[in-house]
Amino acid sequence: MNRSIPYLILLVAVIWLGSLWLPKKTKANDFDVSTFSRLPVLTGGRIKPLDTVARNSLLIMSRKQSLKLASGESMSASRWLAELWFNPLVADTYPTFYVANQEVLGMFGWPQADKRYCTFAELQPKLQKIDEEGSAAADKNAKSRSPFEVAIFDLRSSLLLYQQLKLSIHLDGTENFSKEIETYATTLTAAATKLSQSQTPPDKDQTAFLRSAAARYEQQANATNILAVAPPAGGKEADWRSTGATLMRLNSAEAIPASLAAFADLSDAFRAQDTATFSRVAKEYSGWFSIAHPEWTGKTHFEQLFNQVEPFKQGMVLYISAFLLACSSWLVCPRGLRKTALLLLVLAFAVHSFGMFSRMYLQSRPPVTNLYSSAIVVGWGATIIAMVLEYLFRYGIGTAGAGVVGFVTLLIAHNLGSNGDTLEMQVAVLDSNLWLATHVVVITLGYSAMLLAGVLAIVYVILGLATTKLTRELAHVLTSMVYGVLCFATLFSFVGTVLGGIWADQSWGRFWGWDPKENGALLIVLWCALILHARWGGMIRQRGLMAMTICGNAITAFSWFGVNMLGIGLHTYGFMSKAFPWLMAFIILQAVLALLTRLPASRWLSFRNAERRVLTAAGFRPLA
Amino acid sequence: MKTILRRLLVPIASLRLTVVCLATALVLVLAGTLAQVNINPVEAQQQYFQSWFIWWSAGGGGFKMPVFPGGHFVGAVLLFNLIAAHIHRFSWSWSKAGIQLTHLGLIVMLAGGLATDLFSVSSHMYLRQGETKNYSDDDIRTELAVTEQTSGATNRVIAIPGEVLSACGTTSHEALPFKIVVKGFYPNADLQMVGQENGPSVPAASNGAGAQIGIKALPTFSEMNKRNKTSAVVELLSNKGEKSLGTWLVSVEIDQGQDFEVDGRHWSMALRFARYYKDYSLSLISFTHETYPGTEIAKGFSSIITLADVKHNENRQVKIYMNHPLRYLGDTYYQSGYQSDNSTILQVVRNPSYQAPYISCVIVSLGLLMQFTYHLVGFARRANAAKAL
Repeated sequence: MNRSIPYLILLVAVIWLGSLWLPKKTKANDFDVSTFSRLPVLTGGRIKPLDTVARNSLLIMSRKQSLKLASGESMSASRWLAELWFNPLVADTYPTFYVANQEVLGMFGWPQADKRYCTFAELQPKLQKIDEEGSAAADKNAKSRSPFEVAIFDLRSSLLLYQQLKLSIHLDGTENFSKEIETYATTLTAAATKLSQSQTPPDKDQTAFLRSAAARYEQQANATNILAVAPPAGGKEADWRSTGATLMRLNSAEAIPASLAAFADLSDAFRAQDTATFSRVAKEYSGWFSIAHPEWTGKTHFEQLFNQVEPFKQGMVLYISAFLLACSSWLVCPRGLRKTALLLLVLAFAVHSFGMFSRMYLQSRPPVTNLYSSAIVVGWGATIIAMVLEYLFRYGIGTAGAGVVGFVTLLIAHNLGSNGDTLEMQVAVLDSNLWLATHVVVITLGYSAMLLAGVLAIVYVILGLATTKLTRELAHVLTSMVYGVLCFATLFSFVGTVLGGIWADQSWGRFWGWDPKENGALLIVLWCALILHARWGGMIRQRGLMAMTICGNAITAFSWFGVNMLGIGLHTYGFMSKAFPWLMAFIILQAVLALLTRLPASRWLSFRNAERRVLTAAGFRPLA
Repeated sequence: MKTILRRLLVPIASLRLTVVCLATALVLVLAGTLAQVNINPVEAQQQYFQSWFIWWSAGGGGFKMPVFPGGHFVGAVLLFNLIAAHIHRFSWSWSKAGIQLTHLGLIVMLAGGLATDLFSVSSHMYLRQGETKNYSDDDIRTELAVTEQTSGATNRVIAIPGEVLSACGTTSHEALPFKIVVKGFYPNADLQMVGQENGPSVPAASNGAGAQIGIKALPTFSEMNKRNKTSAVVELLSNKGEKSLGTWLVSVEIDQGQDFEVDGRHWSMALRFARYYKDYSLSLISFTHETYPGTEIAKGFSSIITLADVKHNENRQVKIYMNHPLRYLGDTYYQSGYQSDNSTILQVVRNPSYQAPYISCVIVSLGLLMQFTYHLVGFARRANAAKAL
């Protein structure tokens, strides 16, 4: 292979990635959704762009970050959100709800299997039934729900979210919102003036109008959890209000706040299909906000870019490519393919790091704050260690290992991220950047090292059993790698566990409480210590080391996810019953792989004709 | 002599024993974790980890047999194994220094853990706004405090431990002109006014608050954050002629002492959680509970406290909040919770060996780091040498 080809491939990949950074252009006579998507609101305790609100909501309802219309066209999340807010009758006809459960479809009397996405309009007549069944499921313990109950519970939650989201700016059926609030403000002023000048109460019509308007605004304020109205320049986070609350608190002497006026104009322009006005108002409001609140603007704009680039998705593609190329390099064209694989791995790592550091910047927190982000950091840590291994031994093994760990962990993260905002706020006990940065990061890097060692051990077993590639030298190198990475895993797991104990001592008053998550961490430490001591004592050789390291995968998975599925203890921050079968399958697979190492030498393609010395080193009993 | 000692040391110091212990510990931890699905954490902890053996009883009957070594057993064997290995194999060299240090740190940790198990005491201090206290309450143990109401500045308090009451016998004390007969002891109970809807119909006692309150026994709580409403019904018998003075309901739920008179002397009695008195006092200035804007997610809990200690000339304001406890004279105060009236709940831990994990962590980390760096450097050197060939 020509020497420059790997670099050319890298260049192509870089150009492809670069293209994702460019802002989406708005067509001349279309709504400027791009600017709209960057507008900020405060919800879930932090200020975020509408793009994030739209994507996360859509993710919960349809499991995707964009909408596929019946016509086959794709619609961006922000565009969908504008439609839902300002033109709900049209949004109701979009296939927004993911329903795959056969029983649920059957309950609706719909032909099964040919339907996956439903519109709100279709579900509307069935709301009562869904609510009844869904509430019954909600009363049950999350662990004992049947698949039907889980599906109906999810659908009910999605529908509640949808109806709540609809009311973010104004109530359903609002025709001309700007005019409405203007009338409200002038009536309010007139009534107040009258009261202060002539000490007479406002007339009946005025009172009735103000009362009914206030009732509607109160209804909206109670229904929504989106605070769309930003405080004037110099205001604090706690000063954000919903549109309804703003109107209820409106003082007769006060001008209508900029955010409220802007959202009212956006709403009216959107309904009137007035693309020019919509785009102009969006731009003006965005401009006002960046001048009034420069302290919040940077992050909101950056978050929208981060959403658009989807670094973890790109990272997955690059990791799997690196893995496949590294594997291919053992069959054909070793130098060229290994180089290409390594270059792509470095690029994957760069994109992965960008994503991780972006999240840290957006949250102003260390990298791991929930189960989702732990998956991201596990892959990231494993890639660093693997790149060091690849630097030390140029076999492509480090690249392959990193590729598979990186890909799988990002895939796990992708699936964990389907519950909404992954940049959620930290509850009081976790509100400590010091401990999040030390204990949590170190323990997560321990998982990284354990899983990487496990993958390397699997590579040993597969190469040895199924190919003739596992030479004496390679077997030795792999053993060194596994041993070295295990040492790191021991260090990280031990230090991380003890730091966790110290944190617990600081916040709960005890160093160790035998809580499931603590025990999970202890299991990893014990297992590492067991492997190392067994090896030092000569109780295991190469194959034994590999078998035990593979079992380490299962223990790590149990500690990372399994204990959360028990649904008990103080660390149950991410209960996921849906992943239980996957976890069991993973653990069984590790057990099978570990058992495979016990096969006699004649079954190992690589060892079949090996000399006695090789077999002894690998831990086969010397023949009599 | 030396050889005998050596001979004894060798099997205790064996690496095989270490491996067996680690494997046993692994099984134990896994079992103790999974057990928490069915039994509460405190019980699981006692059965699996703070025990010498795990006991199995056939069909819930009286017959019990040990089926697996418990946490104390495995920990103790591991500790002996470690110490023996240290003595037996100790030799000073750079290549071993990391390992030696690591194991020394582990000895400190295991010993510290044992000391914590044996000596640490946890209690709680409940403070209303403006309230000052110089004691904390035990979480489980109770006492019946009987006080003579005299005109003097101090009153003598006779405290009868809850363990004595729970035996439901008769108690007398030289300073008391009456005997206390426990008619019923309730580790946890529900108290309700008589005559309420779905409430009790019979009052629990003839005198005092109990004349309007009915009692129902409840199973005890095991959750860390719930207190049992321990209660008892007692009858007082005058020492003169064994005459009954009536029955009283005493409970940790009834805040104030109940007054009564015996032979012209005035007394008061109250069941309360056993107290740990301090040489200083804490008073709550304010408690705040913050949430993130627009959500119900708790951002933080904090108590502003005045710490007053005449003996040590201390009088200062302290903020106690999540992850930031107050450490003072061997006691550590943690923000533990709050009650609906904005009173704060502080957890008070007295643990003489609380520093052991900190010291151990530093030693072990240093040891592991030294050991692995030593290996890595040697390894990279060999790898480079191989590359150079």
